[in-house]
Amino acid sequence: MAGIIGYGAYIPKYRVSAEEIAAVQEANANAIKRGLGLTEKSVPGKDEDTITIATHAARDALARAGINKKDIGAIYVGSESHPYAVKPSSAIVAEAIGIGNDYTAVDTEFACKAGSATIQINAGLVDSKMVKYGVSIGADTSQAEPGNALEYSAAAGGAAFIIGSNKESLAIIDKTVSFTSDTPDFWRRSMQAYPSHAGRFTGEPAYFKHVIGATKLLLEKTKTKIEDYTYVVFHMPNGKFPRAVAKIFKVTEEQLVPGLVVEKIGNTYSGSSLLGLAAVLDIAKPGDKILMTSYGSGSGSDSFALTVTEKITEAQGKARTTQDYIDRKEYLSYAKYLKHMETIH
Amino acid sequence: MFRDSSIIRWRAYKDRYMLEGYECSSCGKKYFESKGMCPCGSIEFNEIEFSGVGKIVSFTQIHSGPEAFSEQGKYCVAIIDLAEGARITAQIVDCKFEDLAIGTNVEAVFRKFYKSGEKGAIHYGTKFVPKF
Repeated sequence: MAGIIGYGAYIPKYRVSAEEIAAVQEANANAIKRGLGLTEKSVPGKDEDTITIATHAARDALARAGINKKDIGAIYVGSESHPYAVKPSSAIVAEAIGIGNDYTAVDTEFACKAGSATIQINAGLVDSKMVKYGVSIGADTSQAEPGNALEYSAAAGGAAFIIGSNKESLAIIDKTVSFTSDTPDFWRRSMQAYPSHAGRFTGEPAYFKHVIGATKLLLEKTKTKIEDYTYVVFHMPNGKFPRAVAKIFKVTEEQLVPGLVVEKIGNTYSGSSLLGLAAVLDIAKPGDKILMTSYGSGSGSDSFALTVTEKITEAQGKARTTQDYIDRKEYLSYAKYLKHMETIH
Repeated sequence: MFRDSSIIRWRAYKDRYMLEGYECSSCGKKYFESKGMCPCGSIEFNEIEFSGVGKIVSFTQIHSGPEAFSEQGKYCVAIIDLAEGARITAQIVDCKFEDLAIGTNVEAVFRKFYKSGEKGAIHYGTKFVPKF
């Protein structure tokens, strides 16, 4: 199959801590941190949105790919916080990275798996030789209603991947599968500012059923075992859920922790599992195998088996790492956080 | 005067989005804005793309900007010498005014400029952040 020839991450500089939110919600911060498995979350700058985050990640992905950007034939931006209801984020990102006009573009939406699905789409286009390279991006500035439990985790960030032929790849996609059903666990109706969710229903019949279902399917179809993988990344709505799935599959700390970026930045929705993948690629070595499973409410999971090639070593140093962005931070007060989210003006 | 127009912004995509500029085909001097004639006498220019890295030459803080920028509160603006030699004026973001200095290394980022009210277009372009 096709593979990843360049990747880039981006996380805004700003953070709000669980303590800061808990103080306003009059909740127990330690219980929240323990329950959700995260300590703080990323917040967009006042002049940042899904389009600027996607552009930043795409530029880093291009720097790593080292290709003629005019050879890009497709660009897809997956998000549940596209700035426009009607006007494509993907075309604005394409213009900002300067790929010319000979490309197809569309915005995708499938809750938190809108980005991973575009990797499958681009892999299909590359393998069928319809395009030479395709750009797949997952980025979000997630919304959470003040006072809602989501406020502790809904974060901002994204990652971009340039998909090309397996000969040029720094990580070849060995196999990808999906596991999908109509499950009403989380949604945002048209014209509504904030999403709604079905509370505890978002766990067992939603996240766990689909992440476990897709991962099992991938292991069966590739005839591999979890211990064959150097790194394993599961979608991270919080720090607790991916750890629970890891326990079921007997994933070790060494396999899981390098991609578990949620603890310090929160749930970046469409960027979540993709940022985990980028973090793992930052430290991967030739021959390493990576398993990544995304999750999008509604519901579905895309699972990928990847093999890292010798091209990874040169690519890693050509742009900032995910950890560089995690380490760069400035904390906001709760009031400033609301201003950054345009909740208050 | 601040003119709020999607069309005017659209015409400037090349330089505002991509930091594209011009190089004199005779002496090699680089410009961010197009020139009719280079001081060397040449009227031939090649289009180039700047790398986006540079140094602050001078800077200030705007406390009361145009209404369209009101969501940003006070903000920093600097004159920047790009690494390739051209000079540009742009906003500096993700930093405090007190942390800026003449000579601070900066790099280009793609950010929102402003929104044309509640229903209008969102305008994007290049700003700079201190290199980290």
